[in-house]
Amino acid sequence: MSGLRYTKDHEWARLDGEVATVGITDYAQEQLGDIVFIELPTLGKTIHQGEEAAVIESVKAASEVYAPLAGEIVEINEKLQSEPALVNADPTGKGWFLKLKLTDPSAYDSLMDEASYRAHLKEYA
Amino acid sequence: MSITVGGMGEDRPGVIVTAKAKGLLRTPLYELHLKVGGKMTAFAGFELPVQYKTGILVEHRHTRDAASLFDVSHLGQVIVHGDDPAHALERLVPGDLLTLAEGRMRYTLLTNTAAGILDDLMVIHGREYWQLIINAGPKVSILAHLRAHLGPDKVTYLEDRALLALQGPSAASVLARFAKGCLRMPYLSAETFSINGADAFVTRSGYTGEDGFEISLAQDQAERVAEALLAEPEVFPAGLGARDSLRLEAGLCLYGHDLDVKTTMVEAGLTWTLSKRRRAEGGYPGSDIVKHELATGAARRRVGFRPSGRAPVREGAEVRSVKGRKIGIVTSGGFGPTVEGPVAMGYVEKPFAAEGTEVKILLRGRFIAARVTKLPFVATRYYKG
Repeated sequence: MSGLRYTKDHEWARLDGEVATVGITDYAQEQLGDIVFIELPTLGKTIHQGEEAAVIESVKAASEVYAPLAGEIVEINEKLQSEPALVNADPTGKGWFLKLKLTDPSAYDSLMDEASYRAHLKEYA
Repeated sequence: MSITVGGMGEDRPGVIVTAKAKGLLRTPLYELHLKVGGKMTAFAGFELPVQYKTGILVEHRHTRDAASLFDVSHLGQVIVHGDDPAHALERLVPGDLLTLAEGRMRYTLLTNTAAGILDDLMVIHGREYWQLIINAGPKVSILAHLRAHLGPDKVTYLEDRALLALQGPSAASVLARFAKGCLRMPYLSAETFSINGADAFVTRSGYTGEDGFEISLAQDQAERVAEALLAEPEVFPAGLGARDSLRLEAGLCLYGHDLDVKTTMVEAGLTWTLSKRRRAEGGYPGSDIVKHELATGAARRRVGFRPSGRAPVREGAEVRSVKGRKIGIVTSGGFGPTVEGPVAMGYVEKPFAAEGTEVKILLRGRFIAARVTKLPFVATRYYKG
């Protein structure tokens, strides 16, 4: 999907005004396998870039999701509580995690674009 | 995010395991795993599939609904020679082997003089040989232990054998298409069949809580037989992930996690493996300690836990009393696909081991309410024919 930015830790972000929607990439969900539980942060919390924003429990293990950018959590995807498998089915769509009101919207441009992320993935393969 | 894959067993916290770099062993089915979409991981020194394309949840449920084929070639297959292997082995294990009839097998333990568990294993009284199936993790030290006590020439490790596990309620009807005689095999028995021209040593046994078979083959025949079984419509391949969630729901121990050298069979709730005679006679390493623990009770006991909510608790999580005192630890934990919720097992101090006891489990700095439960979580369905 175009219009997304990425971290090397496999989170994605999509900017709309000064609010960024955040999730994990298709590669990440594929690596994790079946997701059975997601712990989301509390609304209104301000988090730093790289800070733990959510926890994913797959059948295999627990993994942390880090905030790709600093900001205030203004929305969380409540649907993931009852349907964590949405992240496996549609990681960059219905499987989004949270929305961040960015402290510095211009920092968005510091994230990797699609091409850079693809190149980054090749190093893994 | 931090991606932890592989994370089964000894090699648990591995970040994107690059198997080749770690000098891992491959089983005779390695090429087949790749061909059918296996996601390979490091486990006990082997490169094995943690799952295939369909994923652990589907593989787990399919095993309970139909049949799955697992590659368990990492397990050690050992032959014990000698005039009287039953007597010789009884000096090392608490299991009753003198009454183990030809063609039957028994679950037992290797213990040390402190009654600690060195390994859990199957002993098979085959028509030709007495055979042991030992765990992959402690294989090297167990072989040394066996050779030291039985004699170096009395123990043969079968390097050139593969082991397949066909598990699930359809396992018997599938295997019967290749070896009709398997239908009359009692649970925990052994027979030799020809499967598509390959000599197969078959036992009615497994590690899923379901009916099923374990099939030992020469390594150069294994791929052909595995492919033939996978070609049957009921059979899907299943990996280590489903094997782990299936055995946990069935209340079965994983060595190195639920059992170790610091654990006794009384603590682990495995005294059912003792016969009346062996309970009275002892004669295995640590038998005096076990006798004493049987009389006085062990200070801690293995139990099941059902955490409330949806979040799985994992191995190593602290168990506390409702008042907040540390009373135990989780040794295996995860999501139970058949239970459709988190399940765990571990050890608690004896006063907290009663079914229904409310406890708290520490998860990421918070407490999850949990209830002590009987094992298994899912009723076992071994063949009772």
